[in-house]
Amino acid sequence: MSEEIILDIKNLQTVFRDEDSEVRAVDGVSFSLPKGKTLGVVGESGSGKSVTALSILRLIDHPGKVEGGEINFKGKDLTKISDKEMRSIRGNQISMIFQEPMTSLNPVYTIGQQIRETLKVHQGLGKQSGNEKSVELLKLVGIPSPEDRIKQYPHELSGGMRQRVMIAIALACNPELLIADEPTTALDVTIQAQILELINRLQDEMGMSVIMITHDMGVVAETCDYVAVMYGGKVVEYADVKTLFKDPKHPYTVGLLNSIPRHDIDVDELEPIRGSVPSPKDMPKGCRFASRCPFATDLCVEELPSLDEIEDGNEVRCWIYSDRWDGDPEVKEHGPKRTS
Amino acid sequence: MFKFVVRRLFQLIPVLLGVSILVFAMMHLTPGNPAKILAGQGASAEAVANMEEEMGLNDPIIVQYGNFLYDAVTLNFGTSWKSGLEVSKEIGPKFVVTVELALYSTMLSLFIGLIAGIVSAVRKYTLLDVSIMIIALFGLSMPNFWLGIMLMQWFSIQLGWLPATGWGTPEQIILPVITLGTAGAAVVARMTRSSMLDVISQDYIRTARAKGLKEGIVIYRHALKNALIPVVTVVGLQFGLLLSGAVLTETVFAINGIGGLIVDRINARDFPVVQASVLVMAVVFVFVNLLVDLTYKFLNKRIDLD
Ligand SMILES: Nc1ncnc2c1ncn2[C@@H]1O[C@H](COP(=O)(O)OP(=O)(O)O)[C@@H](O)[C@H]1O
Ligand code: SF4
Ligand SMILES: [Mg+2]
Repeated sequence: MSEEIILDIKNLQTVFRDEDSEVRAVDGVSFSLPKGKTLGVVGESGSGKSVTALSILRLIDHPGKVEGGEINFKGKDLTKISDKEMRSIRGNQISMIFQEPMTSLNPVYTIGQQIRETLKVHQGLGKQSGNEKSVELLKLVGIPSPEDRIKQYPHELSGGMRQRVMIAIALACNPELLIADEPTTALDVTIQAQILELINRLQDEMGMSVIMITHDMGVVAETCDYVAVMYGGKVVEYADVKTLFKDPKHPYTVGLLNSIPRHDIDVDELEPIRGSVPSPKDMPKGCRFASRCPFATDLCVEELPSLDEIEDGNEVRCWIYSDRWDGDPEVKEHGPKRTS
Repeated sequence: MFKFVVRRLFQLIPVLLGVSILVFAMMHLTPGNPAKILAGQGASAEAVANMEEEMGLNDPIIVQYGNFLYDAVTLNFGTSWKSGLEVSKEIGPKFVVTVELALYSTMLSLFIGLIAGIVSAVRKYTLLDVSIMIIALFGLSMPNFWLGIMLMQWFSIQLGWLPATGWGTPEQIILPVITLGTAGAAVVARMTRSSMLDVISQDYIRTARAKGLKEGIVIYRHALKNALIPVVTVVGLQFGLLLSGAVLTETVFAINGIGGLIVDRINARDFPVVQASVLVMAVVFVFVNLLVDLTYKFLNKRIDLD
């Protein structure tokens, strides 16, 4: 990859510990994001997507802790900088929007107060100029009559409107990186499309880089340039979006793709992945997908495969692509099949 | 907002009517003839009968209640049967003392309780948190007359630092206010802590942190205002207890407040003073609740009072 890399995560370890249990929610995640591009982070619920995102901004709450790895943002390791420096990055150079638009705004302050707050802390804008800028931002995210809206409280707005407000807050200081953690999951289907379109449009206009977290392959297809597929706290496949859809390598990725409805296949043929995500409290020692993988061998159960680059820019964590593969040679030859 | 206040004021009418019936009934149904007490130990039957007539005690009970109500509505509480002084002059100064005691104690409860509760929540599960909560538990379980006696024992009698009785000078105020305010402080501290812990785990707190705000601002601007909503309700509910606690505290520290006055005049069957005092306290109680509701509204934008 010749492009400038804005975010490069290496072997991130985020662990939740209490007296008698240890949850390795993110266990050695690595991926990178070229400037101005969108990286999709996909995976079923519980695969560690949100924890990865919160780790980037150092927003992991007690008892969670980033215990290892590097998060290089514009060449600076975010795990090493001071709290003060981290605060100057949050909401300014890196912003985040969350999955829960209904509860992510403070119920006791007006929309205007909540936007102005960010403008004040990072740009020192006062009430007057802060209000003008807030109105501008609300206009930008497509909220009608913004002059009235800034005086309203969150409960007076619908979920879609609140998510737009969250986006306005996130964009207030022209961030270089926007992390969107399932920004549309809690919204109606029609609103979902509008919000995604809005994020796409603003990214083009402002030249931001975006991390789009989702469990929906459809969203990935529509918005992303690169994709990191996560399973059980690890990245199992990293590819550009074209390669991923055309030639998925990891059996889990194939499973995800087979379970999205497509107009060219009959709904009856949809194949949801059988079984469920292993509990992070007792992760299998081998490949974490082994219990659900149709190709699993003894090697898969015994030993964890590493994330290796098998083609230019295409990384996969699966024994099929190694010299030690001891299963069906047919699979190695043609790869795990997609239904279609 | 204005409409709400007016409506609440109208709602006062049935409440105060109820209180007036209760206090009237209690005074008139308890045994003991006020005329006899007033006329003195050795008074003749005739003198007592005259006295009864003069005091209106022979009128039908409904008429007596009607007169009492009419006087109350016109703010004419009459004269005391015991002292012959105007009732408003008797009650006034004592009422001020009790309100001062209650007010200072509430302020102390809020001040100590809020700080302790916030510190506990922010430092949850640390030694500091555990210590604060243990102290709060003590504060809560100690009967306040006992606390008053202990404080008096140490600070007045053994150390001689503060006066044991009376009300008015700053030195006199300290012990009674601590006595009456401690339990409230404990309640506020516990409530603030649990409310803060609840609020701190909310999504909008994460949003506030994600904006790059300092932790202090996240706590005081974003968490505290939300956390105060249930605390205000508790403080409002506590106010009734505070008034009864005030009566006990006045007794311990020989303070000339309304509590002592009521007890004294119940014994003397001084109906006008007792009835007026109870009514005034009821009005205060109801107004404090109105104030609590308004504060609640101010804090919680989701409540639409109209
Ligand atoms: N506060 C927490 N305490 C303990 N475990 C947590 C906490 N937050 C997340 N986890 C663990 O991390 C795992 C990954 O969570 P998350 O990143 O939210 O998944 P995703 O966003 O992919 O659905 C969860 O299975 C959960 O067990
Ligand atoms: S390593 Fe084995 S079990 Fe894991 S995905 Fe590959 S083939 Fe399946
Ligand atoms: Mg999530």
